[in-house]
Amino acid sequence: MSVDLEQFHQVFFEESFEGLDIMETGLMELDLGAANSEDINTIFRAAHSIKGGSGTFGFQGIADFTHVMETLLDEMRDGRRQVTREAVDSLLKSVDILRMMMNCEQDKSDPDTDTIKRQLTELEAILGTSSGGGEVAAETTSSSSTSSGAGWNIVFEPDANMMLTGNDPLRIIRELAELGEIEVNTHQEKLPVFSALEPENCYLSWDIILHGDIAESVIKDVFLWVEDECKLTLTPIVNESAQPVAEEAKSEATQPVKAAATTKAPAGDNKKAANAGSSSIRVSIDKIDDLINMVGELVITQSMLSLLGEDFTMENLEKLQDGLGQLERHTREMQESVMMIRMLPISFSFSRFPRLVRDLSTQMGKKIDLVMSGENTEIDKTLIEKIGDPLVHLVRNSLDHGIEMPADRIAAGKNETGTINLNAYHKGGNIVIEITDDGKGIDPDAVLNKAIEKGLVPPGANLSNQQINELIFQAGFSTAKEITDVSGRGVGMDVVRKNIASLGGAVEIQSEFGKGSTFTIRLPLTLAILDGQTVIVGDEIYIIPLVSIVESIQINSDMINKVAGKGETFKLRDEYIPIVRLSSVFGIENAKAKELEDGLLVVVEADRKPCGLFIDDLLGQQQVVIKSLEQNYHRVDGVSGATILGDGSVALILDIPGLLRMSVKH
Amino acid sequence: MNAENDSINHDEDQTQFLSFTLGDEDYGVNILRVQEIRGWEEVREIPKTPDYIKGVLNLRNTVVPIIDLRIRFGFEKVEYIPTTVIIVLSVEKDDGSHVMGVVVDAVSDVLNIDPDNIKDAPNFGAKVNTKFMNGMVMVDERMVILLNVDKLLEQDELAAIENMSS
Repeated sequence: MSVDLEQFHQVFFEESFEGLDIMETGLMELDLGAANSEDINTIFRAAHSIKGGSGTFGFQGIADFTHVMETLLDEMRDGRRQVTREAVDSLLKSVDILRMMMNCEQDKSDPDTDTIKRQLTELEAILGTSSGGGEVAAETTSSSSTSSGAGWNIVFEPDANMMLTGNDPLRIIRELAELGEIEVNTHQEKLPVFSALEPENCYLSWDIILHGDIAESVIKDVFLWVEDECKLTLTPIVNESAQPVAEEAKSEATQPVKAAATTKAPAGDNKKAANAGSSSIRVSIDKIDDLINMVGELVITQSMLSLLGEDFTMENLEKLQDGLGQLERHTREMQESVMMIRMLPISFSFSRFPRLVRDLSTQMGKKIDLVMSGENTEIDKTLIEKIGDPLVHLVRNSLDHGIEMPADRIAAGKNETGTINLNAYHKGGNIVIEITDDGKGIDPDAVLNKAIEKGLVPPGANLSNQQINELIFQAGFSTAKEITDVSGRGVGMDVVRKNIASLGGAVEIQSEFGKGSTFTIRLPLTLAILDGQTVIVGDEIYIIPLVSIVESIQINSDMINKVAGKGETFKLRDEYIPIVRLSSVFGIENAKAKELEDGLLVVVEADRKPCGLFIDDLLGQQQVVIKSLEQNYHRVDGVSGATILGDGSVALILDIPGLLRMSVKH
Repeated sequence: MNAENDSINHDEDQTQFLSFTLGDEDYGVNILRVQEIRGWEEVREIPKTPDYIKGVLNLRNTVVPIIDLRIRFGFEKVEYIPTTVIIVLSVEKDDGSHVMGVVVDAVSDVLNIDPDNIKDAPNFGAKVNTKFMNGMVMVDERMVILLNVDKLLEQDELAAIENMSS
């Protein structure tokens, strides 16, 4: 073929990984015994698309493997076969192997043929058609497939409407002629009288004899685009030694690929393979249209402004202000829609868990229900990619350490089946992800003893339960008695916390011994832009993230309460709120407001606790682009990053929770 | 013929250093590490950092830390005057390259130095901790201390920050 297919490979892989995800999800949701044929159809369509694509791009191994899966699915769909747990398990395993094969094709490495062969045998055993399947297995491993020394007899009967799909039988025959010498015999019996002839229909069929040593797959490639729209029979020309392959090859080739061929897997539903590691993103056309509209408006505003600027007089001042206001609004809207493009539902991250929980719980002999909610919560694409591993780790932990064996659960008076809840929601400017299990919780004594033994805590230390729970985030801590392949290497929780912190988030644990644990992950919505309040203390300008601000107030002396040894508090609506002076936490000497009455209190909230941050004055609200301090320097306590102000100077963005922790130490 | 070849090779072996002054002393940094030289301008202070970290500066949309080498090396502080400059350096660390600015009294010259003439730094004489030094070299009867820029923003001040916060 003259077109360079390589350029489409990336798209093919992306779509196929997506298809695999659809298959996996579909298989997980199948009701054993009473499967809905529409569900099976969805899985079948995904498999069929993968088969078609891989054939087109010459990944014969993948195509053949998928073909066997497809046959099985086809029988299930038609109700000829029961949906058994065994079959579903095997199909799931096959999905894994397909994914492995595709990864191998993607980085052009060799797949593990043994595993593939074993899985094929397993599938065939289920199918019970080992003869036909065995043929395919041979093809997969050697991929050279059957060839016939002398040539092939090809019976090619196009469906009447084949030409409507843009396929020209003549072209196919010409292509065959390029493979070797051909003899073509045309059947014209179906040709109607001229008056009844429908010019767009194909009435002819052909018997073609192709001479030469040509592989079957090569011939099938020629017919690839029309295989669903014709009757095709391939028979090798038998020399003296009869080849039994003929029959199988025939059944193989005439295998009617039912329906569905034209209905592609549901596309355009804004999905992307979460684990493909590819760098493209699918965006719904609506989002793009919005963006284009906004760019249009922006251009109009810009031309209006430049017209004003050409000969500006003071009478036009109001117009100018209007224009600038519009410009600001459009820029903001555009920024929002650009950010929206990066947002994906968190289900991309969640989708792997049903499978994970199912596999691991079977492996460990535990009974576990996974309940997920809030999968449609949208979150920045980068965060989705980066939060995956920490989440897997936490879920594995809950599975391994949290949920008890069924017998233990019954003994503890609990339901035999444990539950793991995965929940995601927006709160303030954050995404919150909760992983809750109703397992045995954290044993404070065991953790404390372990910590003392490891030297993380001095013996005899008196810690609260919460402090003890926090210990599991320390490096080198693991209470599992034996190291399993699920968890227990002790390189877990500290890495989880570090990874989450590097995303600007935090992870907390709440646990009750005997009742279960909850891990709460908080993440910022996006990593790039933030709404900020600019404040000034002395000569220094800081940005407070708007999401952590509750209100800003000026207080008078009778609201203030000095608590001996505990610093200052003030009374706001019957609540005593501690005051933190930014100038003293940061050691700023030339703060203008010395007395609390002279400055302003910005009431901020961190970890659900309010606090009054004392500053000189408020400057304004603006959106700021977050620049990393770490890039050239390193983390600074109480500061989450920096930004560049309109005048080109740098301002630091305050990390409110960190700042409040500092003030406690202070 | 031979002599000429020698001298050419000699030239190629030479390394260029940018020299600058701090008080009475001359220092040099490998010129390949120098990104630009700019006049002193006000920087944004970073709270809770050692006093030689003057703050951060916006350098074409990246935030770059600025170090006062005088304070870093234990000279007394001086008022910044028009010749006070910031040398912007690229620094190689384990986690990649970073950009950093150092404040010095004045930039003096570009020196061509034969690596053979670089001597190990003695552990006395200069006010500089030898950890920051790659060596020293005599140029026109003046001693120039060659700095190891990768070490300027390192460990001990990290430790210092941790000490301050704990």
